[in-house]
Amino acid sequence: MNRWTRRAFIGAGTVAGGGFLLGVAGFTFAPGRHTLVSADAASRGQLTTWITISPDNIVTILIPHCEMGQGSQTALAMMTADELDADWPLVRVQEAPALDAYANGYIVRAAGGQYVPAVLGRGVDYGAYKVAEWFGFQVTGGSTAVRGTGEYGMRVAGAAAKEMLIAAAAAQWGVSAAECTAKHSRVAHAISGRSVTFGELAKAAASQRVPTSPALKHPDSFTIRGTTRPRLDLPSKVDGSAKYAIDFTTPGMLYAAIEIAPVHGGKLVAVDTGPADAMPGVKRIVKLEEAVAVVADSFWRARRALAALKPEFTDAGHGDVSTESIFAAFDQALGAPPDMPADAAKVVTAEYRAPFVAHATMEPMVCTAKIEGDRAEVWTGVQDPLNARSIAAKALGFDVANVRLTNFMLGGGFGRRLPYTYDYVDLAVRVAQAVSPAPVKTIWTRENDIQHDYYRGAALSRHAGALDGSGVPLAAHSTYTGGGNGEAVFMPYAIGEMKAHEKTAEHPIRLGQWRSVLNSQHGFFKESFVDEMAHAAGKDPFEFRRGLLGDRPRFKAALEKAAAMSGWDTALPSGEGRGIAICESFGTIAAEVVHLAVSPEGLLRVMNVYAAVDCGDVVNMDSAAAQVEGSIIFALSAALLSEITIANGRVVQKNFRDYPMIHIADAPNVVTAFIRSDAPLGGLGEPCVPPLAPALANAIYAASGVRVRELPINKTPLRRA
Amino acid sequence: MPITLTVNGTEHTLDLEPDMPLLWVLREALGLTGTKYGCGISACGACTVHLNGRAVHSCTLPLSAAGGQRVTTIEGLAPNGALHKVQEAWIGHQVPQCGYCQSGVIMAVAGLLAQNPHPTDGEIDAELSNVCRCGTFVRMRAAIHDAAAAGDGVAS
Repeated sequence: MNRWTRRAFIGAGTVAGGGFLLGVAGFTFAPGRHTLVSADAASRGQLTTWITISPDNIVTILIPHCEMGQGSQTALAMMTADELDADWPLVRVQEAPALDAYANGYIVRAAGGQYVPAVLGRGVDYGAYKVAEWFGFQVTGGSTAVRGTGEYGMRVAGAAAKEMLIAAAAAQWGVSAAECTAKHSRVAHAISGRSVTFGELAKAAASQRVPTSPALKHPDSFTIRGTTRPRLDLPSKVDGSAKYAIDFTTPGMLYAAIEIAPVHGGKLVAVDTGPADAMPGVKRIVKLEEAVAVVADSFWRARRALAALKPEFTDAGHGDVSTESIFAAFDQALGAPPDMPADAAKVVTAEYRAPFVAHATMEPMVCTAKIEGDRAEVWTGVQDPLNARSIAAKALGFDVANVRLTNFMLGGGFGRRLPYTYDYVDLAVRVAQAVSPAPVKTIWTRENDIQHDYYRGAALSRHAGALDGSGVPLAAHSTYTGGGNGEAVFMPYAIGEMKAHEKTAEHPIRLGQWRSVLNSQHGFFKESFVDEMAHAAGKDPFEFRRGLLGDRPRFKAALEKAAAMSGWDTALPSGEGRGIAICESFGTIAAEVVHLAVSPEGLLRVMNVYAAVDCGDVVNMDSAAAQVEGSIIFALSAALLSEITIANGRVVQKNFRDYPMIHIADAPNVVTAFIRSDAPLGGLGEPCVPPLAPALANAIYAASGVRVRELPINKTPLRRA
Repeated sequence: MPITLTVNGTEHTLDLEPDMPLLWVLREALGLTGTKYGCGISACGACTVHLNGRAVHSCTLPLSAAGGQRVTTIEGLAPNGALHKVQEAWIGHQVPQCGYCQSGVIMAVAGLLAQNPHPTDGEIDAELSNVCRCGTFVRMRAAIHDAAAAGDGVAS
């Protein structure tokens, strides 16, 4: 087991064997990041923070992002290996440890890369890294891994390592580095016919000077990127050997089941522990400020004992909060529909509603902790190990340096495991503290998970649009509650006057980020409303949009592609319909067409979804398509079925019976096309979620004449008009 | 009263409550963590194993019901590190994303093919009720047909 240390950068001569400083285009940034090597770096041939090449020629790439199914660990390895000219079958990945040096500094760059002048861009990286370090972020979210870490970090690391390997070979052979080439994990000197493996060179390469401006490949010479490579994590996911946080075990480990105050913010008033004290396997009943937990020698015993308790909690003063009270407040905050120009020939108004929804990751929240004296060890599954570590430290009152955190593969994330959503870590370390030094695995039940999520916010949005006498849109205004931002409300259309105003109506329901964040609600609102305007104008919804995208070639191309894929112009049988929508989020433009049928009885069958996606370039083709398919099914399940309701301040739903998901029988065929534009890389984990709900609602209208303005769709009767 | 059952070909005698769900017996008493907890109420299928070759939800199956029976988990689906044709098809179509539900899905599909070697789409729809939050259904369907084409259903 290697130990990770921060090796001080003293001088080139003193760091033989490892510990290198990587620079980008002459600008040295975040030195700690690239000088972090393991204590045995020299013997292990560790070239940089991120790349280790062993004598058997295996390249191990450390990935500073978690794997939650999105495939970005494989994609990032592909980007690194391509610049390195490594032989793909010899490449392995390993998740970076939860240490400060792996805080990710590329998120700001990923989010705003195209707007940052090239020279300043490097400074932005450094600044973001410092910010990330200070706040302890090592986050995987915002669809940033490939376009940020990959594009601005891993590529550079791979290119630098390659130059070091070539320099080492050139020195060994006494030839010019310019005469040497790297390919398939070997460096060759064509003139003399000599070649040597990366593994054989690794030690010597490690003492080469780290290039300050390694040359990056032109996209035309990529050999690994832009192809399909099987995901490196999949073999372990078909034979049961993949380890998630729930699978972790350690000697002497106990198990905890927990009941948390049902109204968020509530406190434990009293609990009679008598009924559980003597139950089999029970070790301790732990009273926390907002919860009660039973620690036992098996999870089932802990859970059974917990079920025997009748804890009393306060309602934090929110006992009168309900879905109805929240929407009544939204309604009041919004007021009348926005004003429209006086010269409008036709005014269209509509109100749309989106519910609270839960993430419901397949793996519920799990955290194991062992507290010994002033030190803690934590094993969990999070999208940001550094933030989770700091939350554990804070809960325990420990110095963060005394908390060691190991992250596992995530059984789904979708935003539930982002920074500051680690109540499950916070609670688990406090439970473990009560039975210190025994390690305790706290497993949330599905009921805990559904009832104590950080939900996607409910929202209400009121729209008004104006058309002139020939159906040309003059204005589109909206006021909304439930949160929004410039990206979420952005419409690419050439409409004279577009405005979106946020109104606030506070409520105590705990909110978080749900796959695609605010774009999922606003995508439904704005793209439904554009559709309503098209119909009011008497125009085909595709042609109406297309006519307003004249100066947005990327949008226009994606829209046209999706329409063409769906056979938009071909007639459909009665009762079938197509709907289209287009949204940009996380730097990616996604256009989707839904093809469905509504029976005379109002039964809905979604048959096909066509997606045209412009995320700049694509790294791992098949894995990228899988993200599109998965996003569409995820969004479809939510649009059709998902609603969290509130009564007496608490969440009503408990498990998959009252918070159901779609099954394979409900899943449409999905056809994906990527438009490989020259735009900067966009994200892919989220951007195909937002267009689905509006395309679905628009298709229902086309098929049945019923306009769905409220999610989930199953709340609206679909009998054909 | 100890209960004896055979798991992946090995006989185990366990002195546990007869009403303890098989899921937790497998995961905690026997260390077979490939079988997952998802809902605890037989609503998601993440815990699917085979009982005498038939797919069952282990989260609601009491240990006593498995007494004297033959249980197969994902770890024992294919012997000696080989892959079952369903697992091969799952790799071929790159089905899993987060992967958490997939042990259960693979066991459910292997159970389905053992009963019905060449299911139609309609039969797949009727028989397979597993929840997959990553939404891998499109690939699942293609992989099921591939696995069916790969040979006759083999009961585990």
